[in-house]
Amino acid sequence: MTSAAAEGVAKTTATPSAPRGRKSVTGTRRTVAALFLLPALVLLGALVVYPIGYSIVRSLYDSSGDHFAGFDNYKALFTDDGIRTALKNNIIWVVFAPAVATALGLVFAVLTERVRWGTAFKLVVFMPMAISMLAAGIIFRLVYDQDPGKGVANAVWVGIHDTFAQSSAFPKAHPGRNSPLRADHGGFLTTSPVHTGQSVALPLVGVAPDQMPHSAKKAVQATSEPGKITGTTWQDFTRGKGVGRLGAVDPSELGYSGMRIEAVKDGKVVATAKAADDGTFTLPAKADGALLRLPAGNFKEPYNGVDWLGPSLVTPAIIGAYVWMWAGFAMVLIAAGLAGVPRELLEAARVDGANEWQVFRRVTVPLLAPVLAVVAVTLMINVLKIFDLVFIIAPGSSQDDANVLALELYRKGFSEGRPGVASAIAVFLLLLVIPVMLFNMRRLRREVRR
Amino acid sequence: MTAEAEVLPPRTATGTVKARQSFAARLSEAVSGGLVRVFLIVVGLFWLVPTIGLLLSSLRSPEDMSASGWWTVFSKPSQLTFDSYQKLLENSDITSSLLNTVLITVPATVLVVVVGSLAGYAFAWMEFPGRDWWFLAVVGLLVVPVQVALIPIAELFGKIGLFGTIFGVVLFHTGFGLPFAVFLLRNFFAEIPRELLEAARLDGAGELRLFARVVMPLGGPAIASLGIFQFLWVWNDMLVALVFTKSGTQPITVALQTQVRQFGNNIDVLAPGAFISMVIPLAVFFAFQRQFVSGVMAGAVK
Repeated sequence: MTSAAAEGVAKTTATPSAPRGRKSVTGTRRTVAALFLLPALVLLGALVVYPIGYSIVRSLYDSSGDHFAGFDNYKALFTDDGIRTALKNNIIWVVFAPAVATALGLVFAVLTERVRWGTAFKLVVFMPMAISMLAAGIIFRLVYDQDPGKGVANAVWVGIHDTFAQSSAFPKAHPGRNSPLRADHGGFLTTSPVHTGQSVALPLVGVAPDQMPHSAKKAVQATSEPGKITGTTWQDFTRGKGVGRLGAVDPSELGYSGMRIEAVKDGKVVATAKAADDGTFTLPAKADGALLRLPAGNFKEPYNGVDWLGPSLVTPAIIGAYVWMWAGFAMVLIAAGLAGVPRELLEAARVDGANEWQVFRRVTVPLLAPVLAVVAVTLMINVLKIFDLVFIIAPGSSQDDANVLALELYRKGFSEGRPGVASAIAVFLLLLVIPVMLFNMRRLRREVRR
Repeated sequence: MTAEAEVLPPRTATGTVKARQSFAARLSEAVSGGLVRVFLIVVGLFWLVPTIGLLLSSLRSPEDMSASGWWTVFSKPSQLTFDSYQKLLENSDITSSLLNTVLITVPATVLVVVVGSLAGYAFAWMEFPGRDWWFLAVVGLLVVPVQVALIPIAELFGKIGLFGTIFGVVLFHTGFGLPFAVFLLRNFFAEIPRELLEAARLDGAGELRLFARVVMPLGGPAIASLGIFQFLWVWNDMLVALVFTKSGTQPITVALQTQVRQFGNNIDVLAPGAFISMVIPLAVFFAFQRQFVSGVMAGAVK
C-alpha cells in the first residue's frame, strides 16, 4: 500500500528538478499554515482520533456505561460463543482470502502478458472492484441458489456430477390405485409371486413429464414367453385422461426406460433385469415363484448439488465471492510490478535453458516478492474488516456460522445493546492493524526526510 | 522498482532468442500458448457470468424467476422484460434512496478533495513546527478500521443531533477519507517543481492564489484519482450508512439491504435495484479506468 503508493506517485511525477528540502517559497506565516490545516485536523481529530480514545475507554465499562468493568469485555472476546465463532472465521478469512486472491492475481498478471487481448481480460477481472459489496452480495446470492434450476453454481456442479454419476431416473414414482405393487424399503414389491409364462404389469404413477428419461418410448405390453417371466413397467398415466385404462398399457403411456427389476425369493435376489426403452423386461426361469421388486435406487431424489450457503460451506462460499471482487486488485498491482521487471533477466534465464515454469518460479516470483507482500498485507487488512459480503450473502439460518468480527461488532453494538463488548472488539481490530500502521509510518518517514 | 521501470530492454531481444529455438520447442510453445488462451477465456467467463446472471435476472418477471434459471432466456428471449425496472422506478422508497446516495456521495467527495488539498499543500510547501510528524500521524490513520468509530460517533452524533442526517454521514465519510486524501495529495504536490511556485510568487501571488491557480491545476491527475476513489467508496458504502441513517435518509445500499432478508420473494426488487446501484460506479470505472487504477495503486488501504 504505502510502498505501492509512493512508487505509483513517484513514477508519474518524479522530475529531476524536485527540490531537496521544500522550504516555503512564500515564507508563510504560521497562522496561514494553521488555517490551511485546520479543517483537516479538526475532522480527523473528531471523527478518527477521538473515536479511538473513546473506544478504549468505553471497552472498560459495562453495557450501560455507568460502571467500570475492567477487562470483562475483553474476556468476552474469548468466552462469548458468537465472538469465538467470529474469531475463528476471521482467521480462516485472513489466511485464505488474501492468499487465494494474490495467487490468482499473480497467475493472471503473468498469463495476460502472453495474449494480445490481455487488457480486455484485465478489465473483466478488475471490474468487480468498482461495484458495492452489497451488489456483489446479491449477485452471489443468485449464484449460490440451492436449486440447481436457478443457481448457476449448482447448475454447473450438478451437470458435472450427473455426467460422472448416474442419478436416479424416477423420483416420486409411486403405485396408483389397485396396484399390484406395495411400498418396500423405499422401493416397491409385488403383492403376489410371479410365474414363468406370465406377462407381469408393474405400473406406477407420479413421475413429472420433464423428469422422465429422454430414452423413454411408448410402453408396450410384453408378450408372454414359456419358461421365462416377461413384463412391462411404465407410467400408467395418460395426460388429460388420468390413468386411462387402470393397470393396462394405453397408447400414449411411456415405458420406464432403464428401471431396474429384481426377483426376490425368501429375501434373496435371484435374478435382475433392466427395463428396455419401451418398459419391457425379461427374467429367466429361476425367478419362477419370486416376488418382483423395484429397488429403492430407482426412486431416490435426484442429486441436488451442494448446499453452498449451509453452515459448513458458507464461509468458503463467501470467500469465493470476495476473491471474485479482489483478485483484480491483486492482478493490477502485480502487473504493474511485472512491467518493472527487467526483461533481460527473463530472457537470460530462457537462453540458459530454463522452461517457462522455472522462469516463473525462480526469476519472476522472487523479483515480485515485495509487490506480492504489499498486495497480501493490503488484502489482509481489508479482510479483517469484512462485513457487507457476510451480512448480505449468509442467509439468516447460517449467519451465525458465517459470523466475522466486524459483523459481531455491529450486532453487539447496535442490536444487542452491548456497546462495551462491541468497543472491545473494535480495540482488538485496531490492535491487529497497528503493526501495519507503524510499518507505513516508518517507511514514509524515510521519504519525508528526503 | 522505480529505477528498474526505466530500463525496459528493447523488445528485439526476443526475436533473436526465438530464431534459435528448435522446432519442438516452438511446437510446445504453441500448445502452451493455446492452453493459456483457453484458460484465460474460461476464467474470463467465470468472472462475467455472475454479473450477466444478475442482469438477466433483473430482466425477467418474478414468475419466470421462480420457475427457472436466468439462462432460460437464451432459449426463450421473449421472457425479457423491463417490468421490474418500471415497477422499481415507481417505488418511491427506491427513488428517494437513490437521490440520498447522490446527496451523500457528491458532498463527501467534494469535501474530501477540498479539505485534503488544503492540508496536502500545507504539508508539502508550508513551514511550521513538527510538519513531518503531523504528516506521519495522518498517514498512521490510514489503516484505522471504520468499525472503531461506529459506536463513538453514533453516540456523539446522537448528542449533537446529527444522527440520522445526511450531513452526519457526509462528515463521517469525509473524516475517514481524509488520511488517504492528505497522503496522496501531499506526495503529489511535493513533486511540483519549485521554480513554478517561485515564478508565481514573483508575479505577486499570495498563498491562497498560489494554491488555487498553480497547485490545484497541477494536481489534476492526483485529484482525479482521489475524487474517483472517494466517490466509489462512498457510493458503494453500506456499513456506515446502515449505522448512521434512518428511514428517510438511507442510501440505495441500505434500502436494498432491508430487502435481502426475504431473498427469493423479492428478486424483482433486488436484482434491478442492485443493477441500478451498479450503473453509476461502472460508468465511472469505465470512463476513468486510468485514474481509478492509479488511485488503487496509490494505496487502496481502506
